Amino acid sequence: MTEVHVRTVPTDAPTPAQRIAALADEAPPVRYRSPWPDRRRAALKHAGLIALCALMLYPLVWLLVSSFKPTDLIFRDVSLIPSEVDWTNYSEGWNALQYPFSRYLINSAVIVLGSLLGNLVSCSMAAYAFARLEFRGRKLWFAIMLMSIMLPIHVIIVPQYILFARLDWINTFLPLIVPKLLATDAFFIFLMVQFFRGIPRELDEAARLDGCGHGRIYLRIMLPLSLPALATTAIFTFIWTWNDFFSQLIFLVRPDMYTAPVALRTFLDSTGASSWGPMFAMSIVSLIPVFLAFLFGQKYLVKGIATTGIK
Amino acid sequence: MSVVTELRKTARGAKTAPSRRGLRNGDGKSAAIFLAPWFLGLGLITIGPMIASGYLSFTDYNLLQPPEWIGLENYTRLFEDPRLLNSLRVTFTYVFTAVPLQLLAALALALILDRGLKGLPFYRSVLYLPSLLGGSVAVAILWRQVFGIDGLVNEFLALFGIQGKGWVSDPETALWTLVLLHIWTFGAPMIIFLAGLRQIPEMYYEAAAIDGAGVVRKFRSITLPLLTPIIFFNLVLQVIGAFQSFTQAFVVSGGTGGPADSTMFYTLYLYQKGFTAFDMGYASAMAWLLVLIVAVMTLINFFASKFWVFYDD
Repeated sequence: MTEVHVRTVPTDAPTPAQRIAALADEAPPVRYRSPWPDRRRAALKHAGLIALCALMLYPLVWLLVSSFKPTDLIFRDVSLIPSEVDWTNYSEGWNALQYPFSRYLINSAVIVLGSLLGNLVSCSMAAYAFARLEFRGRKLWFAIMLMSIMLPIHVIIVPQYILFARLDWINTFLPLIVPKLLATDAFFIFLMVQFFRGIPRELDEAARLDGCGHGRIYLRIMLPLSLPALATTAIFTFIWTWNDFFSQLIFLVRPDMYTAPVALRTFLDSTGASSWGPMFAMSIVSLIPVFLAFLFGQKYLVKGIATTGIK
Repeated sequence: MSVVTELRKTARGAKTAPSRRGLRNGDGKSAAIFLAPWFLGLGLITIGPMIASGYLSFTDYNLLQPPEWIGLENYTRLFEDPRLLNSLRVTFTYVFTAVPLQLLAALALALILDRGLKGLPFYRSVLYLPSLLGGSVAVAILWRQVFGIDGLVNEFLALFGIQGKGWVSDPETALWTLVLLHIWTFGAPMIIFLAGLRQIPEMYYEAAAIDGAGVVRKFRSITLPLLTPIIFFNLVLQVIGAFQSFTQAFVVSGGTGGPADSTMFYTLYLYQKGFTAFDMGYASAMAWLLVLIVAVMTLINFFASKFWVFYDD
């Protein structure tokens, strides 16, 4: 019996940047070349995968199709092709709650924009310090930062609520935006530290010789070279903030401040099961921004998860 | 590569490498500026509230009257509260079924997609999409309908003449619809597995092939051992995340955790206690029990990893 564990490490280990580049490279490695190169096997595999994809997407497609059907037809007419496209669910759903749905979408958008700005600026600044600066206790702070990624939000939400209530911030967007300005989404710090480490140090050393301070190295060298990492941060921030429910539910209790998810939830409470049609229509509306982010930002999403390994 | 390996490295480095303090400490001022927002956030948004919640957990506090010190009473109440014990049972059942099943699905699909398959980007995108949407209220609403009494699942079963039931309104099955929702989002860990598979050097497989190893042997002796750090990483993070699941249970049960408390996740009960009943002291004690549970689970994971995770370094 041969032991096939090979314990050597390749001598010239790739830099993180090279690894990231390799991940983006779609060329599949030739591996496990089957001893019986059988076309039927491949066809079978594709058939199975396509069936799985269909199964995975079926509920979403059904949601989309149902949003164009009159409520009483949704459950009687099973076919995926609607007999006619009916927009009434959308107009009804748009105006079904106290405020038009656009209000909730705008509220969500404001929070998303604030969070984007906050995460991009504050997290990249912290990441620069962790990746490039030497200072007392760097390792300790870095470890604390890593651990804060895994801290359950629930342990701080109660005192946070009390704090924000004292500041009279309940029913404003501040409790949802200010923490992002203070780099509390430490996951993104980690993501950018990983990326910054892959940028050759020679570049900033050359800049230092030319008399650049850290502020200019950060602004003129690190940020422009880190666009992929910034894009990944932006897209994840967008999707996570848009989908966030727990903190929005807690801090926004007045109907005019509701975000799209909180409004959708009220839909369920106030109208009950009687109006699935309009509710489905608004569900689709609230999913569209995430879907678009997915469509246009896929490359960054995939790289982002692959390199930092978080959903 | 990941938060977990990084933590492991930092922990080991702290023990072995001597401190480089004093070697180059010239960046202290710049570091203070660059880290200022983060330090502020750490103090005001994270550690400050943590200390406050530690204090509140020993008090009786309803936001209106000032907190009243009651010692360990909140903690003793925890273990006499049947609804809390039930929520622990529900949450553990969910974590111990949903996480392994989701990871198994993710690993299986990653292995299928890895083997030089055409159309990988397409399959990867389609399978990943549910991960992005799965946490939203909209999808939870959809789920409530799909598994409702006249929902999609029952329509499908009716094709075979099977009489369905209201899956979300039956205490026996409601939790399992949430487990299914979690499995549906296997795309994210699948992408991590795919990235991990790509890091395995080709020469290992070539060497094994020369030695006459078959597909199964290669998987058992190369792929699986070299993938264990990634499996471990996924496991740690998914367990931590699953303990904190909230939105799906909240929406599917209409905020009640019902039917009959069968989807009463721990976080949902915490929300009810803290933000519906405004029993802030009790909610804080619950939060600390959650931290304790998550920390113990993570430590167990780290400890157990010594016996099954293979590190190349």
